Amino acid sequence: MSVSRRIVLRFPRPLVDQPIIYKLVKDYNLMFNILKASVTPKEEGLLALELSGTQADYNRGVQFLTEAGVEIQPIGKDIFRDEDLCTHCGACVTMCPTDAFHIEGRARWIRFDAEKCIACGICIKACPARAMEMTI
Amino acid sequence: MLKSIDEINEKISKGQAVVVTAEEIIDIIDEKGLPRAAREVDVVTTGTFGPMCSSGAYLNLGHPVPRMKFSSSTYVNEVPAYSGFAAVDIFIGATALPDNDPRNKTYPGEFPYGGGHVIEELVAGKDLRLVANTYGTDCYPRRRIDTLINIDSINEATLFNMRNAYQNYNIGVNLSDRTIHTYMGVLKPRLGNATYSSAGQLSPLLNDPYYKSIGVGTKIFLGGGTGYVAWHGTQHSPCALRGDNGVPRRGSGTLAVIGDLKQMSPHWLRGVSFLGYGVSLMVGIGVPIPVTSEKVLACAGVRDENIFAPVVDYSNAYPYAKTEILAEASYAQLKTGIITVNGKSVPTASLSSYAKATEIAEILKKWIKDGDFSLTSPVAPLPGVESGIVMNSLKERDH
Repeated sequence: MSVSRRIVLRFPRPLVDQPIIYKLVKDYNLMFNILKASVTPKEEGLLALELSGTQADYNRGVQFLTEAGVEIQPIGKDIFRDEDLCTHCGACVTMCPTDAFHIEGRARWIRFDAEKCIACGICIKACPARAMEMTI
Repeated sequence: MLKSIDEINEKISKGQAVVVTAEEIIDIIDEKGLPRAAREVDVVTTGTFGPMCSSGAYLNLGHPVPRMKFSSSTYVNEVPAYSGFAAVDIFIGATALPDNDPRNKTYPGEFPYGGGHVIEELVAGKDLRLVANTYGTDCYPRRRIDTLINIDSINEATLFNMRNAYQNYNIGVNLSDRTIHTYMGVLKPRLGNATYSSAGQLSPLLNDPYYKSIGVGTKIFLGGGTGYVAWHGTQHSPCALRGDNGVPRRGSGTLAVIGDLKQMSPHWLRGVSFLGYGVSLMVGIGVPIPVTSEKVLACAGVRDENIFAPVVDYSNAYPYAKTEILAEASYAQLKTGIITVNGKSVPTASLSSYAKATEIAEILKKWIKDGDFSLTSPVAPLPGVESGIVMNSLKERDH
């Protein structure tokens, strides 16, 4: 069975110059698609990526990352919508490159699907109510 | 006339009025036919919730000791307020920006805070910083103040919006090769998206195309409280192009509305920021339409597929005031998520909230059903098609 997950990896300072992702490809047969990468002022690395492969390879890869000291989190945890601020207008709908927003029902509530989000951040400033927040 | 407003109010006071939303009435007319629906339904409630820039609030601050005549330099949370009135009356406009906001100096500007946000925070009961400098007079010797105010500490706080609830509006697109930032939101290049801003079949004036029910003095849902139609709004254009059904196919009628801010809610008055454009206020408005005749109900039964809006290019036609319309699309088409412009499929997005418009129509329905909200007869009509109103442009003259 194959899986595809969007995750955020946080590399502590000693790991920033290590070829970790290379090993995911070479040793664990995983495919990756980098969505966002940065090194923080404290020299910690942050990498948002989509990892795909067989369930067994994915599990082994995640185990390798954890043992190497990389912190792993699903991407959805880093992007969220403040439900009190959202006015359900829909200005975000056509801005999102991955269709993470959709319209539901006759009353046209705007739903946010964190699973589809790639953390590009385009919706954040396009939202008139500034209801979207990103912590990466 | 089928029913008078007095008769409907009589039913409301007894808790017997039949009230439905402008969305529900569509199915009811389909099911029962117009004559029976008109006999059975007493009130149709409409709703809209969208950015409405020509909104503002006037406040009476109360007199400090010693007294002070507020004048050209008056700020609430750093947002400039207009104070060209008597001593302690000020007006805060929805799109006002702090003097130190960088505007579009780094394009596109973010406009995180302005008049709309001040109004939202005032309604929310927050303390706001009032800073003013002025000149002294014999009767008003004080020249500077720096203090906190909130909605309970001041005297009147009145929402007074000079143009709200547009009867139909443009669909914004961008024909140019770069992303543009407008009051119609972010418009992607080469027809990358299309934005619109109307509740369509739920929108107040689209349910009363000839202003037969809504007039000066009509009591309405405003910002979560009750308010009134004060006048026709600025740029009220009843003579705009209309379809065979009488519904305007262009931006046309508008309302000026007024109400006591002290009984409103920040849930229905929301400060908003448009990237590269500025700030505004999202305003919730709901207007009841008394079913006084079949004709009135036929209008209130209007549906999205019979309401058409013009597609306008905001990269060139709009800024340079050209009248070119690229296409027309119905609200039913807009709601499918795709419209066709110049042979291209263009994804659509709304800037006004249909979900919140529905909620407003439902709240107003409940108020009326519960006997908490009675209907008013207009004391004067809004100018109609017979007015011949033509919009003037601002023509520059040598002097």
